[in-house]
Amino acid sequence: MIGNKQLITIKGTRDGLTLFIDDSCSFADVMQELEQVLSTNYVDKDEPMITVTIHLGNRYLHKQQEEKLREVIRSKNKLVVHSIESNVILKKQALEWKEDSEIKSITKIVRSGQVLEVKGDLLLIGDVNPGGKIVASGNIFVLGSLRGIAHAGAYGNRDAVITASYMKPSQLRIADYISRSPDYESDGVYMECGLIDESKEKIVIDRLQVLSQKRPDLNGFERRILNG
Amino acid sequence: MGEAIVITSGKGGVGKTTTTANLGTALALMEKKVCLIDTDIGLRNLDVVMGLENRIIYDIVDVMKKRCKLNQALIKDKRFDCLFLLPAAQTSDKSEITPQGMEEIVAELKQDYDYILIDCPAGIEQGYKNAVAGADKAIVVVTPEKSSVRDADRIIGLLEKEDIEPPHLVVNRIRNHMVKNGDMLDVDEIVQILSIELLGIVADDDDVIKASNHGEPVAFHPNTRASIAYRNIARRILGESVPLMSLEDQNGVFTKVKKFFGMRS
Repeated sequence: MIGNKQLITIKGTRDGLTLFIDDSCSFADVMQELEQVLSTNYVDKDEPMITVTIHLGNRYLHKQQEEKLREVIRSKNKLVVHSIESNVILKKQALEWKEDSEIKSITKIVRSGQVLEVKGDLLLIGDVNPGGKIVASGNIFVLGSLRGIAHAGAYGNRDAVITASYMKPSQLRIADYISRSPDYESDGVYMECGLIDESKEKIVIDRLQVLSQKRPDLNGFERRILNG
Repeated sequence: MGEAIVITSGKGGVGKTTTTANLGTALALMEKKVCLIDTDIGLRNLDVVMGLENRIIYDIVDVMKKRCKLNQALIKDKRFDCLFLLPAAQTSDKSEITPQGMEEIVAELKQDYDYILIDCPAGIEQGYKNAVAGADKAIVVVTPEKSSVRDADRIIGLLEKEDIEPPHLVVNRIRNHMVKNGDMLDVDEIVQILSIELLGIVADDDDVIKASNHGEPVAFHPNTRASIAYRNIARRILGESVPLMSLEDQNGVFTKVKKFFGMRS
């Protein structure tokens, strides 16, 4: 080890321990010091479990490294890893993240037999005709008539919503929920949205205005990035 | 250089062949050189509607297989010197025709004719692909029924992928009294869903069937509703005086018809 500079700083808070790990040294050094530090900090057997939050600074850990780190901490009595936080992520991850939370605007008429599938949110400027289908991993906004099938939150996001200027869908799907139009002939509705009502356990259609209360997270792309 | 227009619909029985025959006749009336091509191999009809069935010697498959020259297979119409028909084969299979072969035939015809109207078979398989291959433009025929509109929508989606101009719409066999009662889709609704340009509308008319059975396209006889409608469409194809605001134009026809009925009742 170079000098006596501490690589790991431990702070105790109400929620448990926080470990700040220096991000300029090698991982091997960190592991070595961690072993030392934790073995000296002997914890009483009667005490409850202590949660540990680890701050890595600007260090990126591979899966195996992360697993090693967790193992070392877990091996000590009464310590449980709550979370590992880092300021950096892989570029690949970041791009995926961006794609997932981005709004893709597309101008097109999705006609019978056509399927339009995007990652992230979909802003469709155009119609979805009967027999057509649009799928998004995020929310769906249709600036036009929705007469076909729309599937939002296709990979399981139950908070996803579907909005349309004119809503007369044959089916609405959000995550693993499906609702279909009634068997009797009905008029469509203007400026409405479909979302999952957790209490009723089904997709409900409501005025667009309710979204500001029920899905406040829809505001802004940066905020959703921060919220993960 | 002529223009090749494919007439298609997806669904069967909506009036592709009738429309082809009548538009061909109407264009010929305006002294354009027109060639009709029937691509419905195995189920040919266009020759029957045109009344040229008994004159067929060679057909499109013979041309494609180089068993005859293109000129030998073309049949001149009874009524017009400037109207010709390239008939489909009745005994062969659709697989005998290839899109490349169609392109060649259409390209050759384009040298000599002003308009080449291609009658497309129903469906979206090989026959459709063959028919569309050589076309520059497309006309989609639709009847005011949900199933027809659905299929037309599908076809328009497929046509968008082809290298041709955005298709135009002909709404065929409209029964005005049913539209008024709300039992039939109205033209506005259809245009709204399909969102392509409307080329014209044709009222349902017994004369059409009567004329077809006599082997004489209705457009040949003046003064019937359908005949006027087809002639108007032909004039719009020529980019002529009839404004493309065809709904209002056709409303004019409807009011006339209404008046006609009003006087009788």
